[in-house]
Amino acid sequence: MRPLRARYGLYAPAMAGLLFAGPAFAQAPLTYLTSNGPNADAIRPLTWALIAVSVIVCLIIGGLVLAGVFRRPGLALPEPGSPMEVGPEGGGLSWLWIGVGLSSVVLVASIVWTVAVLAHIARPPAKPDTHIEVTAHQWWWQVNYVADDPALDFETANEIHIPVGRPVAFKLIGGDVIHSFWVPQLAGKTDLIPGQTNEMWLEASKPGVYRGQCAEYCGIEHAHMAFVVVAQSPEDFARWRAHQLQAPPAPTGQAARGAEEFQMHCGGCHSVSGTQSGGDLGPNLSHLMQRRTLAAGMLPNDAAHLAQWISDPQNIKPGVNMQDPKLSRAELSDVLTYLVTLQ
Amino acid sequence: MSVSGYERAPAIADGSRPELRRHLELLWEGEGGFIGWLSTVDHKKIGIRYIVTAFAFLVIGGLEALIFRIQLAWPNTHLLTPEQYDQLFSTHGMTMIFLYAFPVLTGFSVYVWPLVIGARDLALPRLNALSYWLYLAAGIFMYAAFLVGFGPNDGWFNYVPYASRDYNGGPNMDVYALGMVLLGISTTTGAVNFVVTFLRLRCPGMSINRVPMVTWGTVTANAANIFAVPAVSLAFFELWCDRNAGTHFFTPHEGQVLLWQHLFWMFAHPWVYVIVLPAMGMVSEALPVFTRRPLVGYAAVALGTIATMVLGFGVWVHHMFATGLPPISMSFFSAASIIIVIPSAVAVFAWVATIWLGRPVFATTFLFFAGFVFLFTLAGVSGYMTASLPVDWQLTDTYFVVAHIHYVLIGINVFPVIGATYYWFPKMTGKLMDERLGRWNFWTMFLGFNLGFFPMHITGLLGMPRRIYTYADGMGWDWLNLITTLGSFVFAAGVLLFFINVVISYRRGRAAGDNPWDAPSLEWSTSSPPPPYNFAVIPTVASRYPLWEGRMPGSSRQTITQSGLVLDHGKEQIGTGPLDAQADIILKTPEDTLVPLILCLAVTAFFVGLLLHWWWLGIAGLAATGLSLVWWHWPREELGETAEPENA
Repeated sequence: MRPLRARYGLYAPAMAGLLFAGPAFAQAPLTYLTSNGPNADAIRPLTWALIAVSVIVCLIIGGLVLAGVFRRPGLALPEPGSPMEVGPEGGGLSWLWIGVGLSSVVLVASIVWTVAVLAHIARPPAKPDTHIEVTAHQWWWQVNYVADDPALDFETANEIHIPVGRPVAFKLIGGDVIHSFWVPQLAGKTDLIPGQTNEMWLEASKPGVYRGQCAEYCGIEHAHMAFVVVAQSPEDFARWRAHQLQAPPAPTGQAARGAEEFQMHCGGCHSVSGTQSGGDLGPNLSHLMQRRTLAAGMLPNDAAHLAQWISDPQNIKPGVNMQDPKLSRAELSDVLTYLVTLQ
Repeated sequence: MSVSGYERAPAIADGSRPELRRHLELLWEGEGGFIGWLSTVDHKKIGIRYIVTAFAFLVIGGLEALIFRIQLAWPNTHLLTPEQYDQLFSTHGMTMIFLYAFPVLTGFSVYVWPLVIGARDLALPRLNALSYWLYLAAGIFMYAAFLVGFGPNDGWFNYVPYASRDYNGGPNMDVYALGMVLLGISTTTGAVNFVVTFLRLRCPGMSINRVPMVTWGTVTANAANIFAVPAVSLAFFELWCDRNAGTHFFTPHEGQVLLWQHLFWMFAHPWVYVIVLPAMGMVSEALPVFTRRPLVGYAAVALGTIATMVLGFGVWVHHMFATGLPPISMSFFSAASIIIVIPSAVAVFAWVATIWLGRPVFATTFLFFAGFVFLFTLAGVSGYMTASLPVDWQLTDTYFVVAHIHYVLIGINVFPVIGATYYWFPKMTGKLMDERLGRWNFWTMFLGFNLGFFPMHITGLLGMPRRIYTYADGMGWDWLNLITTLGSFVFAAGVLLFFINVVISYRRGRAAGDNPWDAPSLEWSTSSPPPPYNFAVIPTVASRYPLWEGRMPGSSRQTITQSGLVLDHGKEQIGTGPLDAQADIILKTPEDTLVPLILCLAVTAFFVGLLLHWWWLGIAGLAATGLSLVWWHWPREELGETAEPENA
């Protein structure tokens, strides 16, 4: 038993690594080794091919080094006063010709494939009919849906809905510092840079919730600047869009009291359509409770987390621009009652 | 016709004569004591100082990394606040890239260069001392702020607008900006010195095709520095102006945010090659010693070194693939970044062939260099992946890039540097390092490094962004991060074994003798450690491998090291032509002097004045800088600056 264990001792970690890498791969929401839309689909096989080339090159060179070292017995260190033999100068150039020649073929092929993928994804496959402007702020995402008729424009935050099977055009605007817009399952990164507007497109080929993340270091809460892209059937998307255009229902009772307190304490930074709360420093909260997460992908969105977030934002997300509004217990209860009506 | 002191024909004599050695010892030995320590211009002392300082920064930067690796070992860990984390990772990058990686290579070059080319010092010894003092001053300048909580916090590439005053109100970025300009002066003066030394101080007979490989990497990197460093010095100066003088170089609407990235990467991509080419040169130099045959493809590797550097100036945009530049222009940079693999492939196949065709001597240096060939390849292929534009849109700013940069910096810098320390330590100290501890040292570092840093590639492919101070669970990164943290501690233990070995061997290592490795180059023809004058008489070389002549099949002994030019009318060196290295002038070398240190203090005072807005100090520093330069350049009789030295 013992020799066997000793023998397999070395392999065990490698096996364990493989076993665990499989499931991890399937469960990593930000991986780009899988893809779910034509933009990312075009990149994925090239990524795998380059990985394969890289692994093969490392195995070949590693193998040659090991074989070169062990194919003849090693020599002892030189002794003072007894010079060792030395091999001839010159020779061995065929190694360079063959090695560099083969490498060049692979490299040129990589360039050709790279340029082909680039040409393929430079433009969307069809003319996009959904146009979205994303403005990145420290540390959240402002999302504006733009239509030909300005009456159909609306604003939301940290959650982007798109119709499945249709390319969607994005305008990317830097609101303060540089951020990077990245939904790995759907497309690669594009930066949002203050002073310029970048454009990109993406498309989801099947319904789902795809995680996005700021990928350019943007300050102390860079770690917590996520968002989600919700891909829906065109009918569901149209319904969602129509709903977003409606103002939330007028609050009554405790919620009406909460609405007043909200306007006083929160309305300077946040806006809710159809009310006098019109601040633009923080996310638009018009249909807050329809969103899946709070604080840019940090917390699940429900009344309990909302209460925590409002009463202690600096503890949950240190450095965030939202300050503790210092609500009394009663005021907090009123404001919460109001916010949960924002369906 | 009278012959001047520069043109006299020196006597040729046997270098072992005791009276000649005593006379040279008197001429070249510096003053003792504390003043002598501060005023020395001896390249050997300054080189060791560089190396020790750089290793100190390596240790500090490593400890910073271990702290934040603990934070990242598990999800949702809050050992560090976000601000602490950001300062730690930024300072770690600054330390390793600017205060360790290049200075350590400079240190080895400063020490080794004159010895391998048969000279007595660098061409500009006072400038060499100035380079070191400025490096030390810049390091202290930047670290002083970190210690009081104002370290850089925007990563080592310091993107605007986050680095501007609007978003970064503290003095953090002013310190980093001014510190980098100060360090840039050190790098530039060092670069000029290496280029001039390479062109003018090679001993007679060392024509351009016989230069030892170790010098090719360094001279290429330093020639590049002369072109690359101005971009970053300018960028940091403009940033300082934006922050302090209300200019608008990099502001979003009046200026141009992306200008920063262009200026920074026009410097920083070449810099990546600057901090690896000299290390690759070390490997090309000493790997043949331990495979007992000359390097395969000397000319190809030397030309490949230069080609890499030239191409390296044309690929900076691959750091900016996600910035929305036009795809057609970016595709050029993508192709160039893939093509730059070719000259590196030349080096890899040359090393592999050298190992294959030779017979290995299993010294610790060999282990480090053979391991390096594998790490170099891995670092190369991950770089090749990021060069492909669409793939980079996914890879960039994830841990894949973190893995890549660490394979480059540790694989292609730290491993060769430690291998080179085992190789040249005996020359520097006269004592061998312990080989048994050396094997433990290598294997702990090699296994720890791969255990820690290889999984980062996978973490990156699973989407973990770089520079996040913590992460949620359920992202698929937990185990990989834990393994990385464990591996980084194993690696750190390996580095610790290295320092233990250095200390033990320095105290009681075995005596090395002149040439413990039976190596072919000139530094091994003088004693270990070398005398202050390096060579009693200037050797004349006749081949690439002077000390192997007569033993390599088809070679005969023609190099002369025992007797040669006697240069003893003061501190003298021989100047030779840049291509064929024919002696054409006798050069006067300056004595030890405090002026480099004083100039450094004056310049540093100027920078401190700018930082703190103490304008009186800035003006005083500037005035003192001017006076020091006047003192420096005041004509001196012993250097032949007041009259032609007479032919005695």
